[in-house]
Amino acid sequence: MASEEMEQLVRREYKQGFVTDIESETVPPGLDESVIAFISQKKGEPEWMLEWRLEAYRQWLKMTPPSWAHLEYPPIDYQAISYFSAPKKPEDRPQSLDEVDPKLLETYEKLGIPLHERAALAGVAVDAVFDSVSVTTTFKEKLAEAGVIFCSISEAIREYPELVRQYLGTVVPRSDNYFAALNSAVFTDGSFVYVPEGVTCPMELSTYFRINAANTGQFERTLIVCDNKAQVSYLEGCTAPQRDENQLHAAVVELVALEEAYIKYSTVQNWYPGDEDGKGGIYNFVTKRGDCRGDRSRISWTQVETGSAITWKYPSCMLRGKESIGEFYSVAVTNGRQQADTGTKMIHIGEGTRSTIVAKGIAAGRSDQAYRGLVKIGPRAKGARNYTQCDSLLIGDQCGAHTFPYQEIGNSSATVEHEATTSKIADDQLFYCRARGIDEEDAVSMIVNGFCKDVFQELPMEFAVEAEALLNVTLEGSVG
Amino acid sequence: MSAPERFLERLNARRENDPSWVAARRQAGAARFAAVGFPTRRDEAWKYTDVRAIAEGDFALAADAEFLAERLAACALELDAHRLVLVDGRFNAELSSLDALPAGVSVTPLSQALEANHEQVGGSLGRLAGVDFSAFTALNTAFADEGAVVRLAPGTVVDKPIYVVLISRANEQAVMSHPRVLIEAGARSEATVIEHYAGESGAANFTNVVTEALLERGAIVNHYKLQEAALGDLHVASIHVDQSRDSRFNSFNLNLGGSLVRTDLVTDLNAEGAEAAYYGLFFLQGRQHVDNHTLVNHNAPRTFSNESYKGILDDRSHGVFNGKVYVKKDAQQIEAYQNNANLLLSDRAEIDTKPELVIYADDVKCSHGATTGQLDEEAVYALRTRGIDVAMARGLLTLAFAGEVMEQVKLNEIAERVERAVAGRLPERFNLADLVETAEAVQEA
Repeated sequence: MASEEMEQLVRREYKQGFVTDIESETVPPGLDESVIAFISQKKGEPEWMLEWRLEAYRQWLKMTPPSWAHLEYPPIDYQAISYFSAPKKPEDRPQSLDEVDPKLLETYEKLGIPLHERAALAGVAVDAVFDSVSVTTTFKEKLAEAGVIFCSISEAIREYPELVRQYLGTVVPRSDNYFAALNSAVFTDGSFVYVPEGVTCPMELSTYFRINAANTGQFERTLIVCDNKAQVSYLEGCTAPQRDENQLHAAVVELVALEEAYIKYSTVQNWYPGDEDGKGGIYNFVTKRGDCRGDRSRISWTQVETGSAITWKYPSCMLRGKESIGEFYSVAVTNGRQQADTGTKMIHIGEGTRSTIVAKGIAAGRSDQAYRGLVKIGPRAKGARNYTQCDSLLIGDQCGAHTFPYQEIGNSSATVEHEATTSKIADDQLFYCRARGIDEEDAVSMIVNGFCKDVFQELPMEFAVEAEALLNVTLEGSVG
Repeated sequence: MSAPERFLERLNARRENDPSWVAARRQAGAARFAAVGFPTRRDEAWKYTDVRAIAEGDFALAADAEFLAERLAACALELDAHRLVLVDGRFNAELSSLDALPAGVSVTPLSQALEANHEQVGGSLGRLAGVDFSAFTALNTAFADEGAVVRLAPGTVVDKPIYVVLISRANEQAVMSHPRVLIEAGARSEATVIEHYAGESGAANFTNVVTEALLERGAIVNHYKLQEAALGDLHVASIHVDQSRDSRFNSFNLNLGGSLVRTDLVTDLNAEGAEAAYYGLFFLQGRQHVDNHTLVNHNAPRTFSNESYKGILDDRSHGVFNGKVYVKKDAQQIEAYQNNANLLLSDRAEIDTKPELVIYADDVKCSHGATTGQLDEEAVYALRTRGIDVAMARGLLTLAFAGEVMEQVKLNEIAERVERAVAGRLPERFNLADLVETAEAVQEA
């Protein structure tokens, strides 16, 4: 294969790397109770919310960062991070797109997501998060008609305090882990979704996260509640401008599915992975968990992880309700010096619960990747079933791929199956394609896309297209 | 006094005659053990195994090695073999038979090897199992004064199995023993070494064994660990293997006894063509707890490993399997396969399994699988349509499940022993008597 061409492709700069200069209202770096009080006040939060944050902060102080993951990074100085940054004049929120700062709209243009067009064409309501504060939310009326609440978490805390109070922190408790505790103390924004009983959300809900101001950690908090027999599909996509400092991102996502509810949560994550020496890049420490509280409820996680310098992420399902279903479909691609330790937890508590895990890992360059999963079958989970398939594909001899699946089975009527394979792209597959006039680059792309097919077909249409493109960009030039 | 201090207190003046290099090793082991103490469940490698029963126990060191020959006959295998017998960790010369060893083979009790200040033992002992491996290897290094040293000259093929029997007696005061087994297989040598843990039913002792095996180029070692300790026994073992080019190590780790059992099996495939096969079976009842940790290090290109562990768990037993395959950077053209299958017979049994792959080379074929489930009801039905009652059908299928590992066992005496033990201990609902009869009939046919 033409190695020069490869070299060029490998060196291709991060496409979404640009910086928008918007005057931010930012607190100086550092974290103490006064910073938390500042955030809470800025958000116009009620007293209980501030107390909730402070309690989380006090617990966080007693905790230590997890060290068990297969990751290497220098210790993070939490006092060097600024915990609040909002676009100019947060009180003066634009009420429609016309009022939005043209520079911001320009940013979206560069990202290739013209809001109105996209919204109109795809029928997607976009709750665009730019530097921690929701700037604009579209299609609100349409959703309101159906009774669906879709707003920023800050707004929800003000407008629907009862709902938020009832569910916030019930899936991921404040002291769940180091990063969740930090997030609980300082989260600045995120989305809130409530789908009332019997309602199928009329459109796919989507949030674009974008990290901007330098030195600003992002602490998103998302809470999605689906009442009895309700359904929603939620899309999360990310892209970030090029930076030299490592940026910390510690999000928490909580999903609650009541009786016969169905939540589908899809993510495409393409944050800045750092340069070819691994400099810069996002640290992505995320806690995502879904709670299948009701009988026959279902939560499905689909993720395509191509970005970030470090990914630490385990979207999980607590299968409490009888015959509830948990699903996890993941494609993780690492290149350059990226490191990813990702996987899922399926906690079977209720009778007849089922879970499926399909994880595909592709490691290239000098990256390191691990699948880490837990399947736990509790003593009351009669007839529980799990099927796990995790496959790794290695491209090049400088990368690493690892599998750490934990299975804890305490019920004899459970059936748990786990399969994992690790291999490289088979020479005979490549030869087969080459013999039919397909060049090596395209052949690899075809094979890799085929390898990921089981996951891509779980993605909503818009995401599936984006994911395939992302995969190609991420891997282009790594084969040879 | 802390638990490590209490244990180390027993390390007493009896050691005055140690050669200086042995004394230095003991000190290193004791210092390490004192520093790290017993592992807790906060240690990842001990996440599912609580060793408090050991740490809180009071174990003396056995003073003698008396054991009646008929007692031995009752629990040892009827095997034409070169036999070395340890009783509560002490060598029993009368029960041993090491007279007919062919040329090129030596089997020596460790005590004698140490007494002779054997340079070769000094060079090899502890080379694979350093005190850093775990608190238990450190503890063993501090205490080990008995065991077996097996040495095979290049090109030697040993006619009969080398059979090390480790007996645990029902003592009034529980004892601990820290046996050490060292196997040095010269180039192109071949031998079968059996470690058989057995004893009196009332025994409640603590055995902490370390085995090291060095395989030179082209050597073949079949290693059997048949663990049939009394149901009160506490048993910790680690087996460390170093393999040169084209050598082959076949491990059979068969666990039927003990109340708390932990085995670590580590193989380093250090040169091309080295091959390791791990076969394991654990059959647990009551409140037995058995933890198997295996690790294969593929340190060189073109090395191969294959692993199959099966667990059958009944009552409130707890099984743990952690199998790790490691492929070093640039160790290309590796094939590594691993499989763990578990059968749960009771609602209160628990299995925790974690098959791990850690891979730093790309031209590899590695896979692992882990399954846990119950007997296939369709298979039960199929047998019933052939006139076999439910209990019998279940019993046969359980045996068949174990059979996938047992058919790899080339020593009939061991295969038969284990299969009978499994058949004989299956819950009553499996119609015990008929089952054994059927199993025998099947075996005869």
